[in-house]
Amino acid sequence: MSVLDSKIPDGPISQKWTQYKADAKLVNPSNKRKLDVIIIGTGLAGASAAASLGELGYNVKVFCYQDSPRRAHSIAAQGGINAAKNYQNDGDSVYRLFYDTVKGGDYRAREGNVYRLAEVSNNIIDQCVAQGVPFAREYGGLLDNRSFGGAQVSRTFYAKGQTGQQLLLGAYSALNRQIAKGTVTVYSRRNLLDIVTIDGKARGVIIRNLVTGEIERYFGHAVVIASGGYGNVFYLSTYAMGANASPAWIAHKRGAYFGNPCYVQIHPTCMPVHGEYQSKLTLMSESLRNDGRIWVPKNKKDVERIRRKELSPNDIKEEDRDYYLERRYPAFGNLVPRDVASRAAKERTDAGYGVNDTGLAVYLDFKDVIARIGKEAVAAKYGNLFQMYEKINDENPYETPMMIYPATHYAMGGLWVDYELMTTIPGLFAAGEANFSDHGANRLGASALMQGLADGYFVLPYTLSNYLADEIRTPRMSTDLEEFVKTEQEVKDRVEKFTAIKGTESVDSFHKRLGKIMWDYCGMGRNAEGLKKALALIPELRKEFWKNVRVPGGNDYYNPEIEKAGYVADFLELGELIVRDALHREESCGGHFREEYQTEEGEALRNDNDFAYVAAWEYKGENSIPELHKETLKFEAIELKQRNYK
Amino acid sequence: MNLTLKIWRQKNAKTKGKFESFKLNDISPEASFLEMLDILNQQLIDEGKEPVAFDHDCREGICGTCGLYINGRPHGPERGVTTCQLHMRKFKDGDTIVIEPWRAKAFPIVRDLVVDRSAFDLIMQAGGFVSVNTGNAPDANSSPIPKLDADRAFEAAACIGCGACVAACKNASAMLYVSAKVSHLALLPQGKVEAAERVQKMVAKMDELGFGNCTNTYACEFECPKNISVSNIARMNREFLSAKLFAEKPSPIDMGD
Ligand SMILES: Cc1cc2nc3c(=O)[nH]c(=O)nc-3n(C[C@H](O)[C@H](O)[C@H](O)COP(=O)(O)OP(=O)(O)OC[C@H]3O[C@@H](n4cnc5c(N)ncnc54)[C@H](O)[C@@H]3O)c2cc1C
Ligand code: FES
Repeated sequence: MSVLDSKIPDGPISQKWTQYKADAKLVNPSNKRKLDVIIIGTGLAGASAAASLGELGYNVKVFCYQDSPRRAHSIAAQGGINAAKNYQNDGDSVYRLFYDTVKGGDYRAREGNVYRLAEVSNNIIDQCVAQGVPFAREYGGLLDNRSFGGAQVSRTFYAKGQTGQQLLLGAYSALNRQIAKGTVTVYSRRNLLDIVTIDGKARGVIIRNLVTGEIERYFGHAVVIASGGYGNVFYLSTYAMGANASPAWIAHKRGAYFGNPCYVQIHPTCMPVHGEYQSKLTLMSESLRNDGRIWVPKNKKDVERIRRKELSPNDIKEEDRDYYLERRYPAFGNLVPRDVASRAAKERTDAGYGVNDTGLAVYLDFKDVIARIGKEAVAAKYGNLFQMYEKINDENPYETPMMIYPATHYAMGGLWVDYELMTTIPGLFAAGEANFSDHGANRLGASALMQGLADGYFVLPYTLSNYLADEIRTPRMSTDLEEFVKTEQEVKDRVEKFTAIKGTESVDSFHKRLGKIMWDYCGMGRNAEGLKKALALIPELRKEFWKNVRVPGGNDYYNPEIEKAGYVADFLELGELIVRDALHREESCGGHFREEYQTEEGEALRNDNDFAYVAAWEYKGENSIPELHKETLKFEAIELKQRNYK
Repeated sequence: MNLTLKIWRQKNAKTKGKFESFKLNDISPEASFLEMLDILNQQLIDEGKEPVAFDHDCREGICGTCGLYINGRPHGPERGVTTCQLHMRKFKDGDTIVIEPWRAKAFPIVRDLVVDRSAFDLIMQAGGFVSVNTGNAPDANSSPIPKLDADRAFEAAACIGCGACVAACKNASAMLYVSAKVSHLALLPQGKVEAAERVQKMVAKMDELGFGNCTNTYACEFECPKNISVSNIARMNREFLSAKLFAEKPSPIDMGD
């Protein structure tokens, strides 16, 4: 086991980033033109990085699997983006945002990174407004805010329930401006198949053109992975259908360490599962917890009658309702962090109080807020979410409480990166949800958009330049070099293998089976026995996949089954690493809840003596056990405490 | 419920396509339209056939990827929804459902129900942005924006770029799409500075890419899953005319800078 150097600059926490920027090496304009940067992903992280780096003068190539960069999964983010503006004068500050994020992450994040994130959060809002992002405003014309979980201030900026869309369109417009100028080239409907390293440094990528099936080679002086999170390893999730872990997993197999894979966020307010054919679980934004109250009936009798549809939730009297979050956490109430709210829902449904026919749902009720401020005012705040709910469930949430249940939503884990967002492969960077960096064991609501844009607009332009300053003497390399040719051959072989197996079971079917193992044994509650079982089941399933998967059709035209096969093959490997990490971490923290480690009241019990570190896993080959490296977390600005939201 | 599906099959842009019929049984009314297609594809794979290619991603009505022409209407029979938000409860047992791709010269077919909408990106690249460099922005609250303007800009910006407006239009015009973007930025002080050049460049690009003219049938607004209003088209026409009046030729300022 080696010691990982996170390269946090010296000095007091509030000066680290200023000092870093002052010391960072620069590249002069004429040299920038000679330097190529490859970016995988056009979400908030990738698009903002591509636009900003293009603007600086680098020659940027950016890739996405969708037909347009504007459709990256960031588009689906609903609730909002945090910043420490303190426009509400309610006591917010950079330090408080930093503190809330570290605490919300259950003290498993790196202080230096989080402070920087809080510091640049205000620049993000300025930047987006200047681009024309139409954030919600008050009647006086100034920006409005709402509250999110894990905070007692109102610091979330939003655009109805479409904040991600508006922010991404902002970044996409900045990208378009650079495309028009010729500094950025976008390649859409492209899938990353491999990363080419030369003399230990990332130097290019192998890409599949989804429309023609052709394999393409691209050179870059540096490569950025901004491909989003890996939550689809659970099959059902709030992610887009195409969201995948492959770029991060490929990087891992090429030598990048994978950080904290077991930290996955299960979001408390999603639509419940209703059928076998179900393909996704739609999120109902956390912002709804500003005004919605979560409850289940107090009495089992009522539960049963509701399940039999003899009673409607509106028939249950106030005194017969258990507002369990308000009961258990009076200080934060319905606005406890996500991990806490999800586990509390599981606790109630496990105890038999779930309200739909599967027993896996609780109510989110707007009765009181409608009575307080009126239907119209509620519609102005949440109209599109209510509409979305009604379209799926055919029920009107203005009249009947929503039914919700936790679902996989976000990956805190990801590629291990240092302060410069560089992975353990020199020249390979990771940004946005694809890296592990800022959210510890649990991400607070509205902080992913902040992190994606912080990484892309404000961090990478400095840290990548610092790296590229030493590359100005490296000429553009030919993609006919042996390393490119060899890597391309390897991926071609893999693609051909998929279609050659000609088994009997579809890719989706394997994906569903993996998802079920992950959810049952490595979901909201985990224990050693279940995890060990999963550790046996996943390799078996993987073997079966490679023997019996059926990938129909050819590989020289648009055939989405080929891409899916690649994604699922990688999930089948990543899933095992997630389980292994969950098994090794003998404590409960944030999204990682080990049933063996809880307080008497059922709260997560951390073990700071043995586990206050980042687990960074090194790939050791197909059938070998990965090696664990530890980055010890130092808490200098914040004192380590048991979280308390009571 | 039991259904008959008539689906457009086409290998790529160069080959000719045709309809193919499928029988599908026991579909739950609670399933979404795309889940119904998933079930069909699973059935096809089990039979050793090639699944039907269709575009989709978020499956919650926001990414604009999905888009099917269902029984003669973009995104199907329900108003104000995308294909992925459409549920089978809107159909009846025994129905025949005809499913086609968007049909427009500017959107060539990639395969089956999948089309190439990159023309939309090209229009945006022609001027759909505010020229502001990263890190150059003043404080976000330094210029208040009347709530009404901000709300209107937001409504225009809610366009998801799915292309239903083009598919709905008998002329395959992109006016609703382009006008939504033009309006979004023209309504905000940040976008006003470049408004005149923007509208001219975007309209010129739209014309060049082979989209048709607008003849005011308003089918676009009717079929738009996000209820984008045709009043945006009127606003764009005003912007365009005044831009022409004040600068006979496109402004010499290079907006790419
Ligand atoms: C429904 C939902 C709502 C959310 N709401 C909020 C919210 O309100 N506030 C908040 O802060 N966060 C929210 N989040 C989380 C947040 O949206 C994401 O974490 C964030 O947008 C991720 O951005 P990203 O740029 O890292 O990646 P993404 O936006 O996921 O982009 C990934 C990019 O990588 C590309 N890519 C992926 N795989 C490949 C491949 N194999 N080959 C080539 N390219 C590839 C994709 O094409 C895409 O361009 C929400 C998430 C969900 C699911
Ligand atoms: S799949 Fe995203 S809008 Fe339908």
